[in-house]
Amino acid sequence: MQFPSGYGSHPPNYSAPSGHYSQVPNKAAASHLDNQYRASYYPTYYSSPAQNVMTPSVGTSVLNTQESQQLYNKTPHTVGSAEGPVQGAISSASYLHTSAQQSYSAFGNHYSTSVSSSVASQGFPLNSDHYAMPVVSSAVYPNVSYPPAAPGSVYGQAFTSQSLPVVGQVKETNKFSSQSTSVPHSLQQHVPVGYNTTLSTTSSAQSVQDNLCSNLTRSVAKVNNQINTGIVFLEKNLSLSISQKFAIPKAPNLNNFPSPAIDSSSTTSSASPVLNNYDALEGGGYPEIVSVFNTCGISFVLPETRSVTSSPVPAPSVPQTSKASKPFGYGYPTLQPGYQNAAAPTPVQPSNPGHHPGLQHYPQQYPGVNQLTSSIGGLSLQHSQQPESLRPVNLTQDRNILPVSSVPAPVPNLNSDLRKLNCSPDSFRCTLTNIPQTQALLNKAKLPLGLLLHPFRDLTQLPVITTSTIVRCRSCRTYINPFVSFIDQRRWKCNLCYRVNDVPEEFMYNPLTRSYGEPHKRPEVQNSTVELIASSDYMLRPPQPAVYLFVLDVSHNAVEAGYLTIVCQSLLENLDKLPGDSRTRIGFITFDSTVQFYNLQEGLSQPQMLIVSDIDDIFLPTPDSLLVNLHESKELIKDLLNALPNMFTNTRETHSALGPALQAAFKLMSPTGGRISVFQTQLPSLGAGLLHSREDPNQRSSTKVVQHLGPATDFYKKLALDCSGQQTAVDLFLLSSQYSDLASLACVSKYSAGCIYYYPSFHHSHNPAQAEKLQKDLKRYLTRKIGFEAVMRIRCTKGLSIHTFHGNFFVRSTDLLSLANVNPDAGFAVQMSIEESLTDTSLVCFQTALLYTSSKGERRIRVHTLCLPVVSSLADVYAGADVQAVVCLLANMAVDRSVSSSLADARDALVNAVVDSLAAYMSTASNLQQSMLIAPNSLKLFPLYILALLKQKAFRTGTSTRLDDRVYAMCQMKSQPLVHLMKMIHPNLYRIDKLIDESTIHVNDRVVPQPPLQKLSAEKLTREGAFLMDCGSIFYIWIGKNCDNNFIKDVLGYPNYASVPQTMTQLPEVDALSSERTRSFVSWLRDSRTLSPVLQVIKDENPAKTEFFQHLIEDRTEAAFSYYEFLLNIQQQVCK
Amino acid sequence: MGSLNAEHQLFQQNPVTWSWEQVYLCSSRILEIIAFDELKTDYKNPIDQCNTLNPTVEKVKKIKRVKIALKLVLPEYLIHAFFCVMFLCAAEWLTLGLNMPLLAYHIWRYMSRPVMSGPGLYDPTTIMNADILAYCQKEGWCKLAFYLLSFFYYLYGMIYVLVSS
Repeated sequence: MQFPSGYGSHPPNYSAPSGHYSQVPNKAAASHLDNQYRASYYPTYYSSPAQNVMTPSVGTSVLNTQESQQLYNKTPHTVGSAEGPVQGAISSASYLHTSAQQSYSAFGNHYSTSVSSSVASQGFPLNSDHYAMPVVSSAVYPNVSYPPAAPGSVYGQAFTSQSLPVVGQVKETNKFSSQSTSVPHSLQQHVPVGYNTTLSTTSSAQSVQDNLCSNLTRSVAKVNNQINTGIVFLEKNLSLSISQKFAIPKAPNLNNFPSPAIDSSSTTSSASPVLNNYDALEGGGYPEIVSVFNTCGISFVLPETRSVTSSPVPAPSVPQTSKASKPFGYGYPTLQPGYQNAAAPTPVQPSNPGHHPGLQHYPQQYPGVNQLTSSIGGLSLQHSQQPESLRPVNLTQDRNILPVSSVPAPVPNLNSDLRKLNCSPDSFRCTLTNIPQTQALLNKAKLPLGLLLHPFRDLTQLPVITTSTIVRCRSCRTYINPFVSFIDQRRWKCNLCYRVNDVPEEFMYNPLTRSYGEPHKRPEVQNSTVELIASSDYMLRPPQPAVYLFVLDVSHNAVEAGYLTIVCQSLLENLDKLPGDSRTRIGFITFDSTVQFYNLQEGLSQPQMLIVSDIDDIFLPTPDSLLVNLHESKELIKDLLNALPNMFTNTRETHSALGPALQAAFKLMSPTGGRISVFQTQLPSLGAGLLHSREDPNQRSSTKVVQHLGPATDFYKKLALDCSGQQTAVDLFLLSSQYSDLASLACVSKYSAGCIYYYPSFHHSHNPAQAEKLQKDLKRYLTRKIGFEAVMRIRCTKGLSIHTFHGNFFVRSTDLLSLANVNPDAGFAVQMSIEESLTDTSLVCFQTALLYTSSKGERRIRVHTLCLPVVSSLADVYAGADVQAVVCLLANMAVDRSVSSSLADARDALVNAVVDSLAAYMSTASNLQQSMLIAPNSLKLFPLYILALLKQKAFRTGTSTRLDDRVYAMCQMKSQPLVHLMKMIHPNLYRIDKLIDESTIHVNDRVVPQPPLQKLSAEKLTREGAFLMDCGSIFYIWIGKNCDNNFIKDVLGYPNYASVPQTMTQLPEVDALSSERTRSFVSWLRDSRTLSPVLQVIKDENPAKTEFFQHLIEDRTEAAFSYYEFLLNIQQQVCK
Repeated sequence: MGSLNAEHQLFQQNPVTWSWEQVYLCSSRILEIIAFDELKTDYKNPIDQCNTLNPTVEKVKKIKRVKIALKLVLPEYLIHAFFCVMFLCAAEWLTLGLNMPLLAYHIWRYMSRPVMSGPGLYDPTTIMNADILAYCQKEGWCKLAFYLLSFFYYLYGMIYVLVSS
């Protein structure tokens, strides 16, 4: 039995891991003697499946074939020759698909032409041509969504070219200097037309103005006459435009505004819906909200004269229309007649010819139009033919399902404008990019609905906005975002609760263009991810300084492991890079069986150690000099850090009083809040919170019950909640070689929004890989951004509700998370449910707002908004499934399940998730053969990922897994963002010994080769090759025995295979092409993540290769299925 | 209605206390239901984000109210257990039989509570989970119905005994 060297030195607890993972490689190692390497793997991994498999024909073909490609290509022939080859089967199975291709191409042509024409058009007047187009095109194509996109694209172009210089500008100065945009303002071309009409309307409006003066004073809602309200706004606009001399932008408004109302009466059956609806919506639609709002005692200045609460609103004559018009705002003239039939949400439909073409350009500039067109884009799914993501994939036959490079996030089926504006999938992702209309439909799809958030991600381009009034919806408090609709210049409609709000005066001024009257061009409305500098309204106490407290274990065990040197060294190096300002404070506590404090008060000649041995009733020896200003006491701190590693070298103290030390830390931190970093190396054995060993080493590979996944005591949870209440987060570094009950200890970080790091069998010299990892993690940990006293609220469109949160935080309310600290590496997951049917809307939006105090003492709000279409058919739901997000959400849910119920339950639930969703999909597609296992293209990786999850440390059974390892993996699943989690679940495997020039990309003048992704199967490993496995936090480079000597010499820097050392963690800089390529590839992979991973070179006879081989999840192990077996197993259950 | 005779003796001792305790059970249930409802509907409250970060006076009052309501759980269990013991002493087999399932449920519920050092049933970290919240609310309504029905049943039994004696 072979083990990593670190294991050998450990006490008996861990000395006998009888894992069968170690056996598998042993077999492989034995087979290495065989010259026919490839063939020898096959019996190992594929012969036994064949015996279990129910379909013998497939099994024999497996046995007979030697080449992997043949294996799967042959099967169709053997199974049923009538079907023909794979391609034939697929194309014949779904003629729909081919027709989809056709229509797509046609579609594309049309779309591209319209775009090009719009590009060619220099000014807005040409846009009227685009309006003519829909009429024609709708006759030809059933899909009417894209023609309106064409005018939008003009707008979109203008936006992008404008915003690019702007972003940097804002970031740099926080002031909006006047940079004239590159796109010429075509408005000026248009001036004469607009102006003429303005005059004419003005005169008519002026005539009624006097009559309506009284209406201005709070009587509008009572009157409830559409024309009256309409003209009130007219009048208001007029007065503004006259006084402020902004007549030109306002002018089209005048014309546009009343027109929908008038037109609606002519085209819609209900005569008076439009304006009344808004009254109904405000007054009647949300009575409870309004009342709560008032009882809260917060006075909101209501500048608009419309009465909000008290008006008795006559019910609209046709309630459906009132509902229907909600998401759309006022009827914009872009809607097509054919559209109404298709979609339930029928907006008020004006007649196109009634509009003067010259006037139509203006509303296009409002994002409301974008929303409208995009809503059509969302609906267009119903019309369009089967898209690529629905292409059926026969999983048992199609072997090469992995994409060439990384799996991309699916793009929501929105119109191109909204797509451009939408939040980046890196920070905000939804499991279903097409939201089902009802909970019933969601239940039918058998896929979880939820969000995966990475809200505090490091961003390179983030618009930071300083403004005195942060514009938010008055009822649901949503921040203004790109997906709201501007009803007119002075009002916007919330896209989450559909309430109509006023645009504050300040918001009318656009600091980017230095122009007035363009609220839709403000950066808040042009970016779905913005950061706002919050005013003092958003703080009840002055922003706290950055406070860091380090709590270090100095018992014998800790000194033996030697982590203190690394921690102190890293701290010394990064002391100046700690995020903070001049107020930054720092403190140290060490503990063994007593708790030691360090007085670092400025003026002392050397640090003073104060020992408190009364651990049952811990107290602070001096209350004010333990946390000191980093800059004032820097010398003392440096002295302490230099002295600390050697202070305890001869300690005989083996006990660890973690609980009392944490209590002391809490007492020290509670006046300010901040971050506590705890380094612990063993089971806490003294004082409050002491723990006992709960793990039975003999049960590690048990297939039955895994116990003790939950905490043993609630001491740590209570402490975490206390900390959270005082805005203090506890980050746990567990560096232990023995069982330390992470399940209990982790609670202290889980509920205080901290993070957890675990270094099993850590030793500074015996385990250099872990030591290096600690060093790199610390560097990142100490220097990364940090947000203090944060809260995160997630809002979503009315009808959706949040079901459960996953991550490290304390849930304070149904949609509010309390985060004492927030760090850029924290991810969150949210399960959603659909409470009310979404039939009356075509778009849903999610908004996360993270309010935090930056390390510079600034209160900031980071807002992300995601917009997704709503669909009504099951096929569309499948078409929009985001398999990675689904898997990550399922992993989170499975962690919860395994803690609350049992691991076996969680595993069953994971398998059932695949079985149910695939069965549901196959039942929708009636033309598919039931005997095959078919998945939509969007979900083709689903079974593979679930299998990977079942073989992941957190959920595997039958393989020796230490309880702490398992619990740590579970903690990571809950708190890692999606990108990291996916690498953890399904690592990327590349072959790197033959990096060729083809398929390279250039990054910063560096050629980065892009080798294709390999399947995670030993069949892909050849003894002639070298492979790199990217597991997120660690890179393995596996070298085959017969690997090319040139490669070893050039890349690894050793003359031959035998001379490569067992532990190698760096690639030397050799002046050779292959070395350069490999290094540039590795560093490119490293650059793509925040945490720089450790590299480990593994030779074939290296004991560490068990680590490598356990990630080859497509292969069979003694305890788990191979991928093919797993598929057959699923197929059996699906067909049942 | 022979079984009520024995109850007669019991109620004779202090009928007022009995009904008052039953009223307490009902009212504690109601308070608890309200508490869960407040927890659940909290998000409808459009208070500014700053207020939610640092609780205002009103908010603190509300949180306290919720906490008090949730603390009523243990007394409720004890009182119910006391009822059952009394019914046992009075050999009220029918009434005891009616109450046994609830007693068993209470015992099970307390055994399977989350890990905590102090007495209590609800864990602040999981109570906001939608499933658990919904479960607790449903449980509250069911128990309220049960207590109300049994209140009238006891009242009826008491009056019957008083009248017939």
